[in-house]
Amino acid sequence: MAEPRLAAASGAQGGRVDLTRTPTRRSRFEAGVRAALMAAAAVSVLTTLLIVGSLVFETIDFLGEVPIGDYLFGTKWTPQFAGDQQSFGVLPLIWGTVYLSLIALVVAIPLGLLSAIYLSEYAPSRVRKVVKPVLEVLAGVPTIVFGYFALTFFSPEVLNGVFGLGVGVFNGLGAGLIMGLLVLPTIASVAEDAMSAVPASLREGAFGLGASKLQVSLRIVFPAALSGIVAALILGASRAIGETVLVLVAGGQTPNLGLDPTESFQTMAAFIAAQARGDIPAGSIEYLTIFAVGFTLFVLTLLLNLVSIRLVRKYRQVYE
Amino acid sequence: MTGAQIAAAARRQTTVIPRRRRGEAASAWGFAGLMYGAVGLAFLGLAAIIWDFAGDGASVLSWDFVTSFPSRVIPENAGIESAVVGTIYLMLICAALVVPIGVMTAVYLEEYADGTRWYNRVIEVNIQNLAGVPSVVYGILGLAFIVRGPLSMGPVLLAGGITLALLVLPVVVIVAREAIRAVPPSIREASLALGATQWQTIWKQVLPGSVAGIATGVILALSRAIGETAPLLVVGAGVSLRFNPDGLDSSFTALPIQIFAWTQDPNQEFVARAAGAICVLMIILLLMNSVAIWLRNRYEQKW
Amino acid sequence: MRIERLLLVLAMVASLAFAVAACGDDDEEGNGGGAAAGEDASSEELSGEIRIDGSSTVFPFAEAAAELFNEEYPDVRMTVGQSGTGGGFEKFCAGETDISDASRPIDEEEEVPICEENGIEFDQVSVANDGIAVVTNKELAIECMTTDQLKALWEPNSNVKSYSDIDPSFPDTPVSLFGPGTDSGTFDFFTEVINGEGGASREDYEASEDDNQLVTGVSGTEGALGYFGFSYYEQNADKLGLVQVDGGDGCVTPSTEAIQDGSYTPLGRPIFMYPSASGLEKPEVQAFMEFVVTQNQAIAEAAQIVPLTDEQATESKSTVDALAGGS
Repeated sequence: MAEPRLAAASGAQGGRVDLTRTPTRRSRFEAGVRAALMAAAAVSVLTTLLIVGSLVFETIDFLGEVPIGDYLFGTKWTPQFAGDQQSFGVLPLIWGTVYLSLIALVVAIPLGLLSAIYLSEYAPSRVRKVVKPVLEVLAGVPTIVFGYFALTFFSPEVLNGVFGLGVGVFNGLGAGLIMGLLVLPTIASVAEDAMSAVPASLREGAFGLGASKLQVSLRIVFPAALSGIVAALILGASRAIGETVLVLVAGGQTPNLGLDPTESFQTMAAFIAAQARGDIPAGSIEYLTIFAVGFTLFVLTLLLNLVSIRLVRKYRQVYE
Repeated sequence: MTGAQIAAAARRQTTVIPRRRRGEAASAWGFAGLMYGAVGLAFLGLAAIIWDFAGDGASVLSWDFVTSFPSRVIPENAGIESAVVGTIYLMLICAALVVPIGVMTAVYLEEYADGTRWYNRVIEVNIQNLAGVPSVVYGILGLAFIVRGPLSMGPVLLAGGITLALLVLPVVVIVAREAIRAVPPSIREASLALGATQWQTIWKQVLPGSVAGIATGVILALSRAIGETAPLLVVGAGVSLRFNPDGLDSSFTALPIQIFAWTQDPNQEFVARAAGAICVLMIILLLMNSVAIWLRNRYEQKW
Repeated sequence: MRIERLLLVLAMVASLAFAVAACGDDDEEGNGGGAAAGEDASSEELSGEIRIDGSSTVFPFAEAAAELFNEEYPDVRMTVGQSGTGGGFEKFCAGETDISDASRPIDEEEEVPICEENGIEFDQVSVANDGIAVVTNKELAIECMTTDQLKALWEPNSNVKSYSDIDPSFPDTPVSLFGPGTDSGTFDFFTEVINGEGGASREDYEASEDDNQLVTGVSGTEGALGYFGFSYYEQNADKLGLVQVDGGDGCVTPSTEAIQDGSYTPLGRPIFMYPSASGLEKPEVQAFMEFVVTQNQAIAEAAQIVPLTDEQATESKSTVDALAGGS
């Protein structure tokens, strides 16, 4: 512990007040720790800078050949088609990303949060100790499995067979719903952790006041764990937006600006992955689309995150 | 029931409970039904997926499968040894990087950083944003700056490991932060009041109290990393290796890449073997997670 | 504490069970070293590493070649990748690979300059042939199509809504089209050869990255027609109908022989390997290229790819021999 020279005594005698602290080994160590931690945190900033660096130059090259208005507001994305058909409007890709992520979250958020509440508040401890790890293992199933599941079973057997929806072989609905299953373990696990961490005293206090279990879960635990739950939702949404392989396998490769989920869609991430593995000449404008779309996706998620952080800050004030 | 209502009822000297219970029971049942339904549905879906590939995969699994190299000439002999070794190495490198850096970042953000300073806000937004960047972009980053560029390692195992670590770092940080935040302030205050320094408090009280949550974060992170294909392909992982990667500077491949390539192969024999490879991947994941889960259950704290 | 111990035990038991359960019914021979290795004693001397990357069409050939090469020279470490023709050239021109697989010639405008910039010299060697098969759903009865008819069906802004629009003798079924994604070399090749320009195609078809999925799509959709690599048809012949293509000389059924002798036109093309000059300085790379050309038939058969014609083989052999001389 730093030992401040006591100033009060000298002050009382009318002498000069010296408030300097003597650096000790411990305080230097503490300062060193702080610096090291800050350096670790800076890794994330470095990562962002590197990502921007690896994308921005090629994006600028790309925008040198495709006017930014055409790119951002164009409604046709056909970069590989020849001549007149070639069009670089990125809106269909953005829409595909948003649409499929929304479908996924409509499944994952309710199911995930309800599962989390169940595991945290209602499930006996034995059940929780088994179910939670199983959920987490499922979070590790390679996404290609989900993709093939959607393509070869869910779309033909469930969507068409059981519900008779008439979806195409590659369709947005199947891909989106299964993506929800993919994201669900993440949301459930992190939200459950947050809820379990709420101190027992809060629950007990509420029970003591006569609240029912339902009320305790929804009105006490849920709000108290809100920051963790929001973190879970954001992690889930981020995963859905960035998901590549599932959409690649099950969603088809047709950019689509429509609302009909039975048709095929293409998301930005899937496009990038397909393009990067393709046969297009390196260095051509079609190749540069990889970087342009990557940069666009990066900027979009950044904007989304800024908005959500502002929202979270607002709500956090209400409950803390 | 708000506190005000209870107080008002007390003043009126009426009992509120019976009136509450009538409507209450119905909504409680409704909620319970919804909840069990949700959990059931979730599990049904996930079970169906597992069933789907486990069935195909089990017939292919054998000790030979895990100890042979990929083969084109005799598909029945194609194995996944090089891919398994590559995946295990990648996970070790990734964990070795992501646990210290992730936890240190989380500790910094929760315990040291002044939330109003602009640079700390920047770090926070960064982490959250990075969680949503598609994995392919991390591959592009790895290619530009680790394989080539300033580090110029070439397309080697270490480059793949670093790329994966950067990819899942945000997950660890976000979850670890929540775990650290969940430690009640009273614990910290008591420690400081007893004369401990900030770091002593963190090291001896806060971190041990958040091990369970951190373990969850690491589990989720490694689960994500183990299944990643696209960034490794961009960084330069091979698809078919007839030798085991044997050092940080060796060419490499990984299970998800092998799976991806096999599912796209015209030869249906390979498509069947992909299911087997998936089973092996899941088993490795299970083993990895078991360690982390054991840690979590051992150190779980109920405040 | 009991639960996670149980989990751990379960996991280990599971892995052990899997290991024991399905073992034993496949033959032990053939993997890692296999049957009688190379006859010459001198073949044991080669070591080092060869990195190959590029087209996924050439990949089966490259993988088979690597495997057979390893049987003679087990100390050479072979890495084969699948980054796509474009991705492969990108790595090749950055000096990261020794040999680049390509399903099309290197692009003069875009890719050659990059290689020149980085001082990478290379040569083009034909190693095999590839064909595109036009397939239909089993129920759809179309036996043969001329290239003009294919063009009418696939050209940009095509108005064909039913197969009978192309020719009244075709079934009056609404069209349902499947094809490779626009980033694929197959797409480029088909559109160039049928529609006259690479990238010129009607837009309303189901595209996919993975030709196996196209198989699923075509076989599962009524009135479906699609095109993809010939080997995907061969592997799934029982699920699909095959369309003969008339390139001007009558209807030809795609087959290994027809693609090889050129009678299946225009949907046949050579595929290549590009060794770099610096790669060739390594004796193992030189030996590999020679191996690829001299053992071409065996490799292609193992990979289930169409081998070189005799004419192509002679040409490739002389290219490779010239490479051995200079450096």
